[in-house]
Amino acid sequence: MITFWTFALGLAILLYVTLDGFDLGVGMLFPFAPDETARRHMLAAISPVWDGNETWLIFAASILFGAFPLVYATLLSALYLPLMIMLAALVFRGVAFEFRYKSRGLRSLWDIGFAGGSFVASFIQGTAVGALVEGLAIKNGQYVGGPFGWLSPFALLCGLGLCLGYCLLGAGWLTHKTAEDVQALAFRLLPGLMIAVLAFLVVVFIMALALDLRVMHRWLEEPVLALFPAIGVMACTLLQIAIKRRRPLIPFLCGMAIFAAAFATLAVSFYPYMVPFSISITDAASPPASLSFMFWGAGLIVLPITLIYTLVVYFIFKGKVDPTAEYE
Amino acid sequence: MDVTPLLLSRIQFAFTVSFHIIFPAFTVGLAAWLAFLEALSLATGRPVYRRLFDFWLGIFGVAFGLGVVSGIVMAFQFGTNWSELARRTGPIQGPLLGYETFTAFALEAAFFGVLIFGRKRVPRWFYMLACLLVAAGTSLSAFWIMVNNSWMQWPVGFTMGPNGIFVPTDWSAIIFDPVVWVRFPHMFLAAYVTTAFCVAATGAWHLLRGSFKSDAQAMLRMGLGLAAVLVPIQLLFGHLVGDYTHDKQPAKFAAIEARWHTEQPASEVLIAWPDPEHERNLYQFSIPYLGSLIASMRFDSKEVGLTTFPAADRPPVRIPFFAFRIMVGCGLLMLALAWFGTYLGAVGQFERQRWFLWATFWSFPLGFIATLTGWFTAEVGRQPWTVYGQLRTADAATPFLTSPQVATSLVIFAAVYTLIFLFGAIYIYQLLRRGPVVLPPLVEAATNPKRPLSVAGQSPGVAPAALATEAGE
Repeated sequence: MITFWTFALGLAILLYVTLDGFDLGVGMLFPFAPDETARRHMLAAISPVWDGNETWLIFAASILFGAFPLVYATLLSALYLPLMIMLAALVFRGVAFEFRYKSRGLRSLWDIGFAGGSFVASFIQGTAVGALVEGLAIKNGQYVGGPFGWLSPFALLCGLGLCLGYCLLGAGWLTHKTAEDVQALAFRLLPGLMIAVLAFLVVVFIMALALDLRVMHRWLEEPVLALFPAIGVMACTLLQIAIKRRRPLIPFLCGMAIFAAAFATLAVSFYPYMVPFSISITDAASPPASLSFMFWGAGLIVLPITLIYTLVVYFIFKGKVDPTAEYE
Repeated sequence: MDVTPLLLSRIQFAFTVSFHIIFPAFTVGLAAWLAFLEALSLATGRPVYRRLFDFWLGIFGVAFGLGVVSGIVMAFQFGTNWSELARRTGPIQGPLLGYETFTAFALEAAFFGVLIFGRKRVPRWFYMLACLLVAAGTSLSAFWIMVNNSWMQWPVGFTMGPNGIFVPTDWSAIIFDPVVWVRFPHMFLAAYVTTAFCVAATGAWHLLRGSFKSDAQAMLRMGLGLAAVLVPIQLLFGHLVGDYTHDKQPAKFAAIEARWHTEQPASEVLIAWPDPEHERNLYQFSIPYLGSLIASMRFDSKEVGLTTFPAADRPPVRIPFFAFRIMVGCGLLMLALAWFGTYLGAVGQFERQRWFLWATFWSFPLGFIATLTGWFTAEVGRQPWTVYGQLRTADAATPFLTSPQVATSLVIFAAVYTLIFLFGAIYIYQLLRRGPVVLPPLVEAATNPKRPLSVAGQSPGVAPAALATEAGE
């Protein structure tokens, strides 16, 4: 049961990061659009799916609360301020997305809200992951780091890194869903983004070594971990070729592969901990009665239905978007 | 009163949850109303039901979206502000609330998509089934919320594990507890009555403006007719909820009655200004014997007063006392309107009694006010406990939060919610004002199936062409 819910949680988080990642990325690339037509084109590429993507965040939170309440309680309270700002940013971004079409005079304000909200939400997610990798101050299962215990140069760097990564995913998605101007823009942005992401990974690696993070020790103990970065390198190479040959969709899939590799690397480095290195999966897990109660309904029926449903929505929304479609 | 992180967290929770409950209270009833209209349309084939269906579907879409957006914040707040509660009761509350989330997103969102996009693409019986499933989904969501909240009111089916963890031992005891089965119908009926009055008020509004006469008549008649049947049942369930409170939460009961000292026989305080400092009521107007009669159905029963409980175990008195009276007042007002209106409708006098139409129009907030004040009574009356008798609110909060932290988040939420609420309300107002006009494409005023977070409106880029490919499958 614990294994099932650990995988379900991992799946929900990975789906959230890669799916909402690309639409947050498009949000951050939004200011690069030269004119209103291009802006509409970009929004059209994410509009039918973006908030379906966001529901995976809620799924992850629900699984965490039900199956791993200790982690839910510890992490959410330790990251109080950043999470509150992230929620407000996500809500505000969603509202801005809808209202920009309903207002004429305030459109530029909503646009700033949309791009800004996307950036803030992404930056905070990256910062949170960075803080988790660096290690939160936890004594006896209780967070003791204070209101800004998560704040560090390393965490902020990770925030920036995730923004770059999301932009990479976003640009990759745009190559797939759009054509002409916007697709060309995405291809122009991709090489720079790829280099920036790689540079970020190198800096993070050096910084982690310099800080002597405990996570790094696991790398020396388990050389098999090098497999995931290898997948990442392969994805990057493929990405380079795809950009050169102007092949759509492949950049997005490569971006997903890079994220999956990074996620797997983190997951294996943390294992068997959920909050490294203070709360393990078994410490955090709910009693068996809770896990199996959730399994027989939510795990066995609802989760697969939702997965199928997500696939169906993406299937319905296949192909290029029509940039001339009016939104009224 | 000191401004503590605990106080601010409580204000934040009360604010966000009150804001949130407005929308489910409306959509639970609206989903059933839609299913009912579709069934009528299917059975009679009269176009009026179809027009009304399309009209209310657009409004359902907006309210549903706002409910989901405000619900996200709830999914995080247990961990951020109430980490001790989450850590200790997570094994019970986590799965219950998890089921709520899962049902909401799987059942409601999926079949809601069929309602929006499927009219021309699925057989009529399937469309009808989708209506029923959306209604079932919203009701099921409400059910899980009520199971969870009833467990907090009357915790059963658990043992205390190490580190104060509540370990579930008997899920069927938790789900089938009698307390759940009086409180869930009470909330469920509240949602139906709230919606019935919104429908009736919209009908009255259009009658007053002289627009969509036959549709408006139908809305008024159906809304008031339904309320005429449901409000008395609701009063009965309210009485049953009172019975459980009397037996299981005597301190809350005494606070609602503003009964400071044990009395035999007990009188009923109709109205007063409770004065907790001196443990007495000012300006009290009470009726002898009635307190015993209401509480125990006897004239001579002994009813406990608040002073029998240690001061640390007493709930605040004024909020439950007044909230309860406002709730009951709204209920009686709705009963009068519903019965009188049904009579007027039966004798065909609606349009001549303009004062009644105005009264019905202005009655649209009554259901919402009654629902909110009912929750204030239940939740404030449970204090100082979060899990009644087991976990105090003061011990449930995140221990290391600081006032500036919570004040910051409170300001952010106040600003964001005001913005959303303002625009959402304006949008719903515009839709209601436009009335049940015939709109060629059904997609016009609704949200996308897997897009519950969007507030309203069609998506950019989902052109009729894209929908046509979908139809071609």
